[in-house]
Amino acid sequence: MSDLPASLRAVTQARLTLGPRGRALATADRLGFALDHARARAAVLAELDLPELGATLDRLGLAHHVVSSAATGRDSFIRRPDLGRHLPQDAARALADIGPADVALVLGDGLSATAVMLNGAAFMAELALLLRQMGLRVSPVILARQARVALGDGIARGLGAQSVVIALGERPGLSAADSLGVYITHRPAARTQDSARNCISNIRAAGTGVTDAADQAARLIAAMRSSGLSGVALSQAMANAPLPAAGDQTHR
Amino acid sequence: MPYHADLNATRYSFPSLKVLLARASPERSGDVLAGLAADGPLERIAAQHALADVALGDFLQDVLEVGGDSVTDLIMAQHDAAAFAPVAALSVGALRDWLLDPATTGADLAALAPGLTPEMVAAVSKIMRAQDLIAVAAKVEVVTRFRSTIGLSGRMSTRNQPNHPTDDSRGIALSALDGLLMGAGDAVIGVNPATDSLPDYIRICEVLEAIRTQLDIPTQSCCLGHVTTALAAMAAGAPVDLVFQSVAGSQKANEGFGITLAMLDEAAEAVAGLGRAPPGAHLMYFETGQGAALSAGAHHGMDQQTMETRAYAVARRYRPLLVNSVVGFIGPEYLADGKQIIRAGLEDHFCGKLLGLPMGVDVCYTNHSFADQEDMDILLTALAAAGVNFVITVPGADDIMLNYQSLSFHDAQFIRQTLGRPPAPEFAAWMVANGIGVPGVSQPSLAAALGRVRLPGS
Repeated sequence: MSDLPASLRAVTQARLTLGPRGRALATADRLGFALDHARARAAVLAELDLPELGATLDRLGLAHHVVSSAATGRDSFIRRPDLGRHLPQDAARALADIGPADVALVLGDGLSATAVMLNGAAFMAELALLLRQMGLRVSPVILARQARVALGDGIARGLGAQSVVIALGERPGLSAADSLGVYITHRPAARTQDSARNCISNIRAAGTGVTDAADQAARLIAAMRSSGLSGVALSQAMANAPLPAAGDQTHR
Repeated sequence: MPYHADLNATRYSFPSLKVLLARASPERSGDVLAGLAADGPLERIAAQHALADVALGDFLQDVLEVGGDSVTDLIMAQHDAAAFAPVAALSVGALRDWLLDPATTGADLAALAPGLTPEMVAAVSKIMRAQDLIAVAAKVEVVTRFRSTIGLSGRMSTRNQPNHPTDDSRGIALSALDGLLMGAGDAVIGVNPATDSLPDYIRICEVLEAIRTQLDIPTQSCCLGHVTTALAAMAAGAPVDLVFQSVAGSQKANEGFGITLAMLDEAAEAVAGLGRAPPGAHLMYFETGQGAALSAGAHHGMDQQTMETRAYAVARRYRPLLVNSVVGFIGPEYLADGKQIIRAGLEDHFCGKLLGLPMGVDVCYTNHSFADQEDMDILLTALAAAGVNFVITVPGADDIMLNYQSLSFHDAQFIRQTLGRPPAPEFAAWMVANGIGVPGVSQPSLAAALGRVRLPGS
């Protein structure tokens, strides 16, 4: 049994059987799989490195502020998604003093702090620049610990912002543990439906680039603010340049 | 009607059967999330004591307590009083003892199936240990047929699941061929499409049909799109062997899937009308999973395992070829870890079999669960002992489209070699005829195997 030719290897990332059949996985394959799973688990269990993230944002000239959801740690965050969507009252009150903004920028850990540490700050810097060029006031980057997508809604309301962009780590797959997902919501309410959000997913070195993602996000925000639509309704209205509505349930 | 149990001079009270079922359920994160779980191990065991004393007749009321729910109506309509008669006077605890009695045979259990309601079956499972769930399920033989015969005692079938993130025809074919060369796919070769577009659905059906017919494989194919897409594809003349749909245990949860019973009735009639199968063949395929109703906000205060079992009432209306719980796919907020996934997998298999379903399991987990491949090894081995009809297999246990881990083709081989569970007889004969798994017979490389199949559009 020989390896697949490169033309076929490019067709799929499936873990096809290239060695002998009819026996257990070869040791190298068994350990390779375990390494991929360990990477995914490490990403899920990782916490944001706030000092490093803060220093990076300082270098990029972006102010920042830390909040935590009602989940008290990774275990409670993973088992209780409702807690990860909830912003405690004292955290919301602290945001009110930060000052008015049109767009709230939120960087949350989600299910892969690894993804956030790799590309989160760069994405926020590019997006903040584009939004300012559009004449919009952006909030400091809110660094959100134990955050699900809907935590951004409470943050935006605390800041008095009309739109919110939350970037967070997507649920790691076996082949990629570093995908960032971005969710954009217009006029977030206490119980915003997921169908009212727009999503850009798979932002990573081997996927959608940071610049491309920031550009898509800025265009979506402009379209939301001019049309008043968001989510599925906005995607349908933008028939010439369709963008996907939020469709991934994994870190809501 | 209230229920209670007295333990060590403490009275534990439960206001309704629905609450009692929830409190008696072995611990899982979804019931905690829903606020339905017992308040600690003592209340849970008290509830199990109380549940063991409940008369089976009590379950013939509306346990869900939601007027007009179409699944409840279906459960009531399905209940066969004559089949129920042998156990009508028993309590839940006495039913457990009767099920485990060596004198109670598989034929007895098959005759009883129409007399049991999902809530009765869920109830008895809650007071059974893992070995009880295995022992009773192992007595039940549920056999279904299309081109292969699935569920015969002592055999285990596999679904070959060649998913691809962009539904690429050659990508699907490569994974399918990889499995076929390892003897996977006698239950079905079934693809979860990445999109739900009609042209892609039809193309996937044609790709699978090309592989099946050109290699003359005694199996079935299925594109696991929405039932409405299947209806449109059948109307357009696509080669549809099986109609698939995810189903759940309440009307509202099924509405969340965009389906009604009338829609499923229409699809079942349409696929039978295609005439692709021998008379009497089974033509439907359903997937379920604990937590589906809760995630849709449609559980109506009922625990997730009882809701799951109610979904089987929907499935059994259609004489399906295949039913499987996608047990660990839904995530740790419903089943947190390996222990909870293993327990749920054994429950789902037991409950489905007791209700007469051809039950399989997708032995699986996601990367944010506290579980790993070793937990899947244990669940697979336990399910094989329990006589599971089929399991899902993907290349290297890694589903690159749905981003979760299931079993590998190698895992199925492990069971065949360790416990001796050959695939369906027709498929086993096809393997021998093609030298697959025959010592000393070498197989073509994947590239060569792909080169021999003419895919549509190529």
